[in-house]
Amino acid sequence: MEDIGNLMQGFAVALTWQNLLFMLVGILLGVLIGVLPGLGGANGVAILLPLTFTMSPTSAIIMLSCIYWGALFGGAITSILFNIPGEPWSVATTFDGYPMAQQGRAGEAMTAAFTSSFVGAFIAVLVITFLAPLVARFALKFGPPEYFAVQFLTFCSFIGMSREPAAKTIASMMIGFALAAVGLDIVTGQLRMTFGHMQLLQGFDFLIAVIGLFGLGEILITMEEGLAFKGAKGKINLKVVLETWKKLPRFWMTSLRSCLIGCWMGITPGGATPASFMSYGMARRMSKDRDTFGKGNIEGVVAPETAAHAAGTSALLPMLTLGIPGSPTAAVLLGGLLIWGLQPGPLLFVEKKEFVWGLIASMYLGNIVGLLIVLTTVPWWAAILRIPFSIIAPVIVVICAIGAYTVHNNMFDVVMMVVFGIVGYFFKKLRYPLAPLVLALVLGDMAETAFRQSMLLSGGSVTVFWSNGLVGSIMGLALVLLCWPLVSAGLGAWRGRLRAAELAAESPRAGEP
Amino acid sequence: MDQEAQGGAAATRGGLSTRWVELIVALLICLGGAIVVFDSVRIGAKWASDGPESGYFPFLTGACLLLSGAWIAGAVLVRWKRLASSVFVEWTALKPVLEMLLPTIAFVVAIKLIGIYVASAIFIGAFMVWKGRYRWPLTVSVSLCVPVAMFLLFEVWFLVPLPKGPLENMLGY
Repeated sequence: MEDIGNLMQGFAVALTWQNLLFMLVGILLGVLIGVLPGLGGANGVAILLPLTFTMSPTSAIIMLSCIYWGALFGGAITSILFNIPGEPWSVATTFDGYPMAQQGRAGEAMTAAFTSSFVGAFIAVLVITFLAPLVARFALKFGPPEYFAVQFLTFCSFIGMSREPAAKTIASMMIGFALAAVGLDIVTGQLRMTFGHMQLLQGFDFLIAVIGLFGLGEILITMEEGLAFKGAKGKINLKVVLETWKKLPRFWMTSLRSCLIGCWMGITPGGATPASFMSYGMARRMSKDRDTFGKGNIEGVVAPETAAHAAGTSALLPMLTLGIPGSPTAAVLLGGLLIWGLQPGPLLFVEKKEFVWGLIASMYLGNIVGLLIVLTTVPWWAAILRIPFSIIAPVIVVICAIGAYTVHNNMFDVVMMVVFGIVGYFFKKLRYPLAPLVLALVLGDMAETAFRQSMLLSGGSVTVFWSNGLVGSIMGLALVLLCWPLVSAGLGAWRGRLRAAELAAESPRAGEP
Repeated sequence: MDQEAQGGAAATRGGLSTRWVELIVALLICLGGAIVVFDSVRIGAKWASDGPESGYFPFLTGACLLLSGAWIAGAVLVRWKRLASSVFVEWTALKPVLEMLLPTIAFVVAIKLIGIYVASAIFIGAFMVWKGRYRWPLTVSVSLCVPVAMFLLFEVWFLVPLPKGPLENMLGY
């Protein structure tokens, strides 16, 4: 009950007119970022981060997290109206959203998308409200081995849950770790992998990587695809909204399931994108009229949007309580916290109560404000998308360059941003996942420190990671997740063989799980 | 599966073949891993009297990187014949990518020489005329408005300095 009191105090923090204004600005910027190709939650927040250095941390994080909510909302607009996912997690929304728009049901699809995003986020915030203090209290007992184990779990779940080939996930992650190691080693004072270049002394900042990989890389891919924005008219009126709202309660089961998938995938960093695909797949498998999926079934919009928002929001839980972000955007927010001098982790809940609860309260308010804003302003965003790409593309490149420069006021970073952009183009096309790279780059130093301290505790023996029940079970869970692709492939093959035996030569699809 | 089918249709039009790009990227990853391993060994990747040396953790990282690169390269070689028809990017599609990338590189060089504001104005304006074929009034207004808005936002309101060149110096900034 103490938490409820804290939450109420949080509302008092978030409800000042100043913070409400930042919330509004954040949501508007976020939707804009979500709508534009090449700008997304992660790099949008990264670019705007330097602008918040002069603000108070609470106002700053409220604005930045609202940009994130806005970006989550914005992705749905382009998917439904233009069949172009503005964000990776809204790819699954295009499957049914765009057919609906073609049938003249764009308003219905968008209302469903926004409302289910809201529901997903709301449930996730409830989870954060009640779970985060418990996790934080629990995590106060963590020592270095436990921290390393949790980080290990984070990375294993990336490998296990990824839709990309495991080897590519590992490669991408290790590149992140290697880049994180570049520069001055703070423990021994030794220079690592600088090869005599002064500029490498500081190492690589993950904000630069985020802006390059997700920003410039995305622009290059968009250029290749030769985007011409041709889309349905985006009109929403009150009647459509109310009629859609009347329909939505029927899908409460899909909603609930998607929330669970989303929260799970957000907290163990699977991320919003796999969550949305998984939830879409589940909804389709469980649905009575499975055949209408992909042809404009409203349930096919509800499922991925709910899960994506639930995952996107709950990714902040491990970020706040353990200092381990669940998604690239959460990683950028974590970077912000560090810059403002706040150390995320269990102690944050003790030492900076008003900050944490102000943020959580702002999540409730931000999502309500966000829902109202997107419902009323859809036509404007659709109009922005009609601006030709030959104007938007150079402007976005300029914005990325500014973003990269302002991180450290360093020209070398801008050059690195371009390099990361080229890498991002190749990696994305070759199906190397980018999120593990970014997260490894963020967590690299922390993971290494935890690893070193654990090794010191044990005198160099890895058995320290199985020395007690807590760390052992986290490590065990991590190993299970690491081997999950093997386990599920094995199960699939076994089940397939059973079914093949039953159906003899009848079914050619027996191998599918 | 359908990726390869698409590749088959595209192969007739020609392009960069996927298997070579996959292989080269995988080998570059191996190379990166080797560099990390090499440098970690140089600074010491063993156990010193006071705990793990500097290269201990990076050594493991580099080794994993090397192995994963080898794994990817191996997987490509195993499927080498099957990937034959798959195209990474068609030559016709590569052109717009380079048309974006090369001006971007020129833009970054220009930032260093003439400051970000003038460089952005030229970059946006040139791109609009070249790719979009807009008339001069629209081109000039967009390419001037963006840098001016940037200037107000960063230098004036948020007091974040951006790289400046001779023009800004002349105006007294």
